[in-house]
Amino acid sequence: MEIFLQQLVNGIVLGSIYSLVALGYTLVYGIMGLINFAHGDVVMIGAMVTLTVIRLLSGSGLPGPLVVLCGLGAAIPFCMMTGYLMERIAYRPLRNAPRLAPLITAIGVSILLQNVAMLIWGREYLSFPQLLPAHAFPFLGASISFIQILIVAGSGIMMACLSILIRKTRLGNAMRAASQNAEVATLMGVEVNSVISITFMLGSALAAVAGMMVSAYYGIAHYDMGFLLGLKAFTAAVLGGIGNMEGAMLGGLLLGIIESMGAGYLGTLTNGAMGSNYQDVFAFFVLILVLIFRPSGLLGERVGERP
Amino acid sequence: MPRSFLILLAAILAGCAKHESGSELVIRIGSVAPLTGPQSHLGKDNDNGVRLAASELNASNLVIGGKKARIEILSEDDQADPRTATIVAQKFVDEGVNGVIGDLNSGTSIPASKIYSDAGIPQISPSATAIAYTSQGFATAFRVITNDRQQGEALAKFAVDDLKAKSIAVIDDRTAYGQGLADEFVKDARALGANIVDREYTNDHATDFTAILTSIKGKHPDLIFYGGMDAQSGPMMRQLRNLGSQSLFLGADGSKSPEFIRLAGQSAEGAYASSPGMPVDKMPGGPEFMKKFEAKYGKIQIYSPYSYDATMVMVEAMKKAGSAEPSKYLPWLSKVEWNGVTGPISFDAKGDIKRSTVTLYRVANGAWKAIN
Repeated sequence: MEIFLQQLVNGIVLGSIYSLVALGYTLVYGIMGLINFAHGDVVMIGAMVTLTVIRLLSGSGLPGPLVVLCGLGAAIPFCMMTGYLMERIAYRPLRNAPRLAPLITAIGVSILLQNVAMLIWGREYLSFPQLLPAHAFPFLGASISFIQILIVAGSGIMMACLSILIRKTRLGNAMRAASQNAEVATLMGVEVNSVISITFMLGSALAAVAGMMVSAYYGIAHYDMGFLLGLKAFTAAVLGGIGNMEGAMLGGLLLGIIESMGAGYLGTLTNGAMGSNYQDVFAFFVLILVLIFRPSGLLGERVGERP
Repeated sequence: MPRSFLILLAAILAGCAKHESGSELVIRIGSVAPLTGPQSHLGKDNDNGVRLAASELNASNLVIGGKKARIEILSEDDQADPRTATIVAQKFVDEGVNGVIGDLNSGTSIPASKIYSDAGIPQISPSATAIAYTSQGFATAFRVITNDRQQGEALAKFAVDDLKAKSIAVIDDRTAYGQGLADEFVKDARALGANIVDREYTNDHATDFTAILTSIKGKHPDLIFYGGMDAQSGPMMRQLRNLGSQSLFLGADGSKSPEFIRLAGQSAEGAYASSPGMPVDKMPGGPEFMKKFEAKYGKIQIYSPYSYDATMVMVEAMKKAGSAEPSKYLPWLSKVEWNGVTGPISFDAKGDIKRSTVTLYRVANGAWKAIN
């Protein structure tokens, strides 16, 4: 039972990270119907920038959590800038091109970001120093570490803020208008171009936070970490219903739990025939099942009121 | 006038160059290791060992078969990928190299060894420890490092007899090296009376081990053994401690590197690992090698003394045979006896090193310390 609970906790933590990244996919898809495959690499950039700042501050004697916060403070604007430039340079010229063109461009941007990161930060695995308290709290037999609480709470707060932003503010109104019908929104005085830019920047800010979380959690960062993470988050977005914000959150959490449970119990269930080495397969197995049985996702692809 | 002078000059220079290569025997040795990817630090380490040996040999007035000889190193990247390793092997064969030092991994050395064997080109791996590498019946496959049968036995004995581990969980990365070593370890540990409570798997690109570590933690093993490389075992060690598990952690030679400690951070304290052979400072030629190597390339990772020795042994066989022709010096490789940096080197009928030693290490105060 305690092991089950521990796997559940692991799954929720992993799922919170997936949710944050999945929101980036869903926001962009909701507003312009583009699957931004470079989004996972923005997560990587977030992790790398955080790490760079942490290294610069490592000798300064500041308390660990403050150093991490400084890193995040640098990573968020940096990633927002990356997101903005990505949209401005790579996607805007293709706004009215056939749908396949921006999709392929997105893959190109992803490869570009990975290679630039490889040139700057090298090919080696980078270690994330243990700056956050490592101690764990016992909880009904399972142990929950400080960083796990931080990840779940952090992504919960970010998602709540985003929900409020999209539902209650003028900007959110403009975003929803642009997603329903960009042309009509333009006629109503919504500046669609800047709304799209802001959407990219919002998604990238979430990605920066996710990048910090994932590298702090696993203690490691490297230039192609965004690829698999991005694909899994995309799966999460599809699982919940792409373009649907609650869907991304639910899909992320579910995927994290499925993966964690799968890796933890597959060996026992199949009596050793299949083991934890199939962990990465689950995400894509789920993707296939969803595409077969419920192509619009669990909560549906809410076209009418896409956020 | 100036132009014709230049042409004349060029002609003279070209003549000189031609004259040079005519009197000098150029020996081309292929050096293959993962130079990119998560194991690139180890790959570069191996490659630097080969290069150090070559530059020393070249500076030492090398004469083979009465001819002045010069060694040229061709470095290739196998990305630790078996498929790429066979492409590199074919490339070396096509280029007609005289011998090959590599590959670093067992998973790459084994498929490549078939190609070298077919072409009759001697291959000495500085670091492939999987048993299968030398047991395929290839006359061209050699290694200068203790194999996994010897290492697995020493590890199991250490875990059960010295660390008194009764229940053990085993994880491997499903590569020829990791799986082979883990299988040997499991077999020997069972024979010594230990109970294997869990067997989990990951891969050599994974970073998330929380799920498998959690299910291991539920079985409360005294010790966790990992068969694989430091890029996984470092983060794994850290995640293990973050989960609140206090089980002992034992790795093999793939984990015994400064990289492991860097990646695991403070969690590395108390981890155990083995390494074939001796610690660099206890090797017969260790301190001297360390000085030479570090002046040129920086810190030794793991295997550079072995790749250095492998190169030296290969050239020694060429000297004895008086030829760098693979078919001429290959018979000499199994006869040659060489006092290398890592100790005396001679090969048995399979191509394994005759004298095998395994040393165990523990992390204390952020560094690997040999346990006597």
